[in-house]
Amino acid sequence: MLKMTHLSKVYRTEVVETYALRDFSIDVKEGEFVAVTGPSGSGKTTFLTIAGLLETFTGGEYLLDGADVSGLNDNARSKIRNEKIGFIFQAFNLIPDLNVFDNVEVPLRYRGMKSAERKRRIMDALERVGLASRIKHYPAELSGGQQQRVAIARALAGSPRLLLADEPTGNLDTQMARGVLELLEDIHREGATIVMVTHDPELAARAQRNVHIIDGQEVDIAEEPRFHADHATGSHA
Amino acid sequence: MFAYYLDLALRSLKRNKGLTALMVLAIALGIGASMTTLTVLHVLSGDPLPGRSATLYYPQLDPRSLEDMRPGEAPPKQVSWMDGMNLLKAGRADRQALMTGGAVAVSPPDAAIDPFFERARYTTRDFFPMFDVPFLYGHAWSRADDNNDARLVVLSYRINERLFGGADSTGKVLRMGGKDFRIVGVLKPWRPAPHFYDLMTGDYSNSEGVYLPLLTATDLKFPFNGSRDCWGNSANVDQKTAQCTWLQFWVQLDTPAKAAAYKQFLDNYSRQQKSQGVYQRDPNVRLPDLMQWLDYNQVVPSDVQMQFWLALGFLVVCLVNTIGLMLAKFLRRAGELGVRRALGASRRSIFAQLLVEAGAVGLVGGIGGLLLALAGLGLVRMQATDYAPLAHLDMSMLGATMLLAVVATLFAGLLPAWRACLIPPALQLKSN
Repeated sequence: MLKMTHLSKVYRTEVVETYALRDFSIDVKEGEFVAVTGPSGSGKTTFLTIAGLLETFTGGEYLLDGADVSGLNDNARSKIRNEKIGFIFQAFNLIPDLNVFDNVEVPLRYRGMKSAERKRRIMDALERVGLASRIKHYPAELSGGQQQRVAIARALAGSPRLLLADEPTGNLDTQMARGVLELLEDIHREGATIVMVTHDPELAARAQRNVHIIDGQEVDIAEEPRFHADHATGSHA
Repeated sequence: MFAYYLDLALRSLKRNKGLTALMVLAIALGIGASMTTLTVLHVLSGDPLPGRSATLYYPQLDPRSLEDMRPGEAPPKQVSWMDGMNLLKAGRADRQALMTGGAVAVSPPDAAIDPFFERARYTTRDFFPMFDVPFLYGHAWSRADDNNDARLVVLSYRINERLFGGADSTGKVLRMGGKDFRIVGVLKPWRPAPHFYDLMTGDYSNSEGVYLPLLTATDLKFPFNGSRDCWGNSANVDQKTAQCTWLQFWVQLDTPAKAAAYKQFLDNYSRQQKSQGVYQRDPNVRLPDLMQWLDYNQVVPSDVQMQFWLALGFLVVCLVNTIGLMLAKFLRRAGELGVRRALGASRRSIFAQLLVEAGAVGLVGGIGGLLLALAGLGLVRMQATDYAPLAHLDMSMLGATMLLAVVATLFAGLLPAWRACLIPPALQLKSN
């Protein structure tokens, strides 16, 4: 699903070159739930933005869903982001002017979808996260956990092949974080591929596999599986 | 997507009401000032006879003496009686009219109305069809009437309203200059701007109230009104034989070939006049068309042109301010735009969204500018100039106002929108 080989990302100034990622490789299979962990400044978020085609890379190869994405122009990258990738951010990143319905609608608008189809998908996604009754609410009227659920609904509405989550519970209290995490696990059990960046070892422990980054390099990509997609009893919690 | 972008634009404009109001105000002020001066310029420099002006020409001859001759000097702006009548009788053009301005004492048939002096045009018959003068009642006098001292008159709409309450007065008699004239036609409201056919009596003056056959008026020695340029000894000589230019002569030439042939005819005529000793100078002939004639006479007042350029400069200042405000507004939304980019919006989509927002500001600013332009034109109409009453916003200028507002604001929005869509989304999302 997501395969990076010897990938590097270098930020250059006139006097210095800084490697955000160096010879970084990762192979995420379809349906996997992978946590990318590491301390602050290790390159986790750079990895996520490159994986999400929000940023280009300097060297190496990146295959997304089997296709090389290195030479794509902005339009093609935007189209892939829109159709294949769903983002969940730490800060939720809901648009404050738009109500819940309109926020979830944003990615569908850029897909040029018909109104009826958009509405169906939005309601399905909001029901999925338990917020179908809040479609008229604005982000400021929701709790942090509810806002993150809306963000997840927004990511799910477009039926993406890959969900990229950046510290999805970082801004939430324990109870809300638990609810959001359980939701992500449910989504994964339904077959979604999830790559989650976090520096929280407890959160990482909920994933099937961990990839640890330090100074832009993976240090171990073959962790012991700690989460099983076929958990049906919820005993993983 | 346009409807979606428009919806987003309206939400965004509502969100920052103060900033939006400042942008709208800047656009409105710039557009209002520009459109006020542009409308005046448009009215003053417009084509008084659209569709016909290209076929109307103003022949110029040079019958003056050698005294005070300067090389390359332009011929006089009017023709003499002799030349005018010769050209008229030659009949080489599709239509031709010889004319001059005058003033007549009108004795109203209704004794309740006091006699008054009215501006008159003494002309030949082709004046009416050649300049497409619209008739409300009746018609022009005939070509034969031009030559038989016919006491006929065509009234303007204004005079017919004043004397006959707007009723059909054709066939009635009007006493002017102590003589009776039969009314053969009444015009619809007609005020070509500028008063192109006789710039000697005011570039933007109102049209005349009565139109009389030229020969009739001159034979009756009705007062002449206009400019006269004489040479040699012209004192106490009848104006028909005096060495003076005081008439306007217009011709209609329907094709460029006919215009070229007519120019040649004028050249030959001048040569012939010189060979007969009537002219002293070598042929000095010009044949400008109507718009060239207006241009040559610099009809548009220079202060109007200067005001227009100043207002345009003011618009540029307003637009620069708008660019700054828009840049601040768009860049402040970098976070939201980053999210949109992450969710699949291309740079092009973001650019289009922001331009629609700029266009919406332009539209509202345009409406404000339109109101300011209407107020500005109201102030212009209060000035004591002969063109002041003409300062009205017509449909074409109304459309131009809105178009200019939207296009100018879109132009102002280009840089801010471009800068905003270039912001790396990753940076915004990381910083959030």
